[in-house]
Amino acid sequence: MTDILRNRIILLYTVVLFIASFSMFSLEDNTSKGLLSLLNIILIIVPLVSIIFSTIYTYNSSEFIELLVSQPLKRKTIWLSSFSGLAASLSLAFFIGAGIPIMVYQWNSIGFMMIAMGILLSIIFVAIAMLAVVKTRDKAKGIGVAILLWLYFSLLFDGLVLFLLFQFADYPLEKPMIGATAFNPVDLGRIMILLQMDVSAMMGYTGAIFKDFFGTYTGVIFSFGVMLLWVLVPLWFSTRKFNRKDL
Amino acid sequence: MKRITSISFLLFFIYTSEAKTLLVGKQQAVKSVQQAIAIAVNGDTVLVEAGNYHEKNLVINKTIFLIGLNHPVLDGDHQYEIISIKANAVIVDGFKIIHSGVSSIEDFAGIKIYNCRDVVIRNNILEDTFFGIYTQHGLNCTIEKNTLIAYSKQEQQSGNGIHCWKGDSMRIIANSISGHRDGIYFEFVTNSVIWRNTSFGNMRYGLHFMFSNNDAYITNIFKSNGAGVAVMFSNNVKMFHNYFEENWGDGSYGLLLKEISDSYIENNQFGKNTTGILMEGASRIQMEKNSFLNNGWAMKIQASCMDVTVRKNIFIANTFDVGTNGSLVLNNFNGNYWDKYEGYDLNKNKIGDIPYRPVSLYSMIVEKNPPAMLLFRSFITALMDKTEKILPGITPENLKDEHPMMKKLF
Repeated sequence: MTDILRNRIILLYTVVLFIASFSMFSLEDNTSKGLLSLLNIILIIVPLVSIIFSTIYTYNSSEFIELLVSQPLKRKTIWLSSFSGLAASLSLAFFIGAGIPIMVYQWNSIGFMMIAMGILLSIIFVAIAMLAVVKTRDKAKGIGVAILLWLYFSLLFDGLVLFLLFQFADYPLEKPMIGATAFNPVDLGRIMILLQMDVSAMMGYTGAIFKDFFGTYTGVIFSFGVMLLWVLVPLWFSTRKFNRKDL
Repeated sequence: MKRITSISFLLFFIYTSEAKTLLVGKQQAVKSVQQAIAIAVNGDTVLVEAGNYHEKNLVINKTIFLIGLNHPVLDGDHQYEIISIKANAVIVDGFKIIHSGVSSIEDFAGIKIYNCRDVVIRNNILEDTFFGIYTQHGLNCTIEKNTLIAYSKQEQQSGNGIHCWKGDSMRIIANSISGHRDGIYFEFVTNSVIWRNTSFGNMRYGLHFMFSNNDAYITNIFKSNGAGVAVMFSNNVKMFHNYFEENWGDGSYGLLLKEISDSYIENNQFGKNTTGILMEGASRIQMEKNSFLNNGWAMKIQASCMDVTVRKNIFIANTFDVGTNGSLVLNNFNGNYWDKYEGYDLNKNKIGDIPYRPVSLYSMIVEKNPPAMLLFRSFITALMDKTEKILPGITPENLKDEHPMMKKLF
């Protein structure tokens, strides 16, 4: 954990986030535009950094993990502590880097939702990265898989949904759309923030349906629950794989 | 000077000797308003002391001044129209009028003016009435400083707050209206002014305006109404300094303009509406110096509009600036301030050097396919918007502001 925190890349990530978010808020004369740019950071940069850094870090510490495995320690403990170290340090980096500027400039529900989503997305992408690592032995291939996964979640998935939306435009798609978002944590995070940010536009007919679902307590609990599942399921699979893996 | 005072004193005495004042109250000789009106002759004043009066339907068919002291309550017992005015130049001032009848055949009202002129309705509180103040064929009447509150839950069970049907030179000033079907309703009313009213929490429209030409509404506040404000089938309407706020819902607009022509919309503020202004079949309209803040769509301007001039307005923090439904553009956008403008100003004349296109690709997509709203602000849609900005394909090519302002004018 302290090793990760002392890592230069994490420090750099924190500093860059910090400078970027502060300058975004202070450059624009209205904070809503700053928020928009920050939204892009949370939805694109945070998952990217989380997944790439975790992948590379886990590959690099494979020798150390092998050493630990030879000690009288449960494999599960090793793997989970490695995960929690990564997740905690990346969340902390996000919280210091982006959370503090957000709290300074946007002390309201939008800001709160942004911080919560940023931290959740960091953790989710650490879990996904570790699954990618444990599934592929080759380092280059593993990093490639991680990048592809990131690309899928932040770009391809939405493109696919948009494509389907136009193919099936004649059908009532509001409910299936809600279901579809559960398959992408980035989308879930985006919608949760959107509901706080673009309230007026979301009050249109379909927007109102989404708002009726995501805006209520059950909706919020549902989305947080699904995001939690996005942490637990990859983690569970990777731990199981690691337990049986021949190192 | 002395002569003037003596003459005015003389006039005063002549006046008072002719017109008497009748006092109505529980301790007075005249116990009911009904009785007082029967005794009174043209020009008399009826003063009503505080208390509860169950008068059934009060018909005022003489020119009298009916004045309440400390808001005496006229109760319609959920059966009657409370005050019916059938004489010219009547004044009704300072009453609390409650519980009118509700009927789907007759338009019961708290106060109804039948075919007369110069009536003044002032300082009344109307609570739980079907229609609040209803005028038909009113001429030169003033409805001023009244408070109207209704509590109905359904549109059918509720009437309009201030309802004017056919009339001319009406003045609707400084009233506060809530909980009715339409706050203020105008049909076939001309040369009238609606000034400084507050209309909020009404079930349908804050202001509903049909076939009424040459009217002005100025400095009103329309807030949280079911469907905002509708101005339809009229011309020469002037809308200045009004606030249109928090009208949320798919069929809800800050201001709905349908078949309007030759009108002026200036210095209004549209805030937090799902759609700030929707224009359908509007022509020859001047829109200047309005501000649009935090709306879902600041403006939706349908292809059926022509010669609409949008100048010097400011657009800040709207999700979409302008939406439209076709590629035909016969309107003119010029010199507005758009907070989403990304151009530059090389010659420092405070006017952007490249035009701004207020219609984003994604607003067109959402117009065609509303569920796509769920993908809004995702990476892919941002990419699509950016490519569309560089090479416009779907968005109307001519809908652009040639001279966008770099800084807000006000």
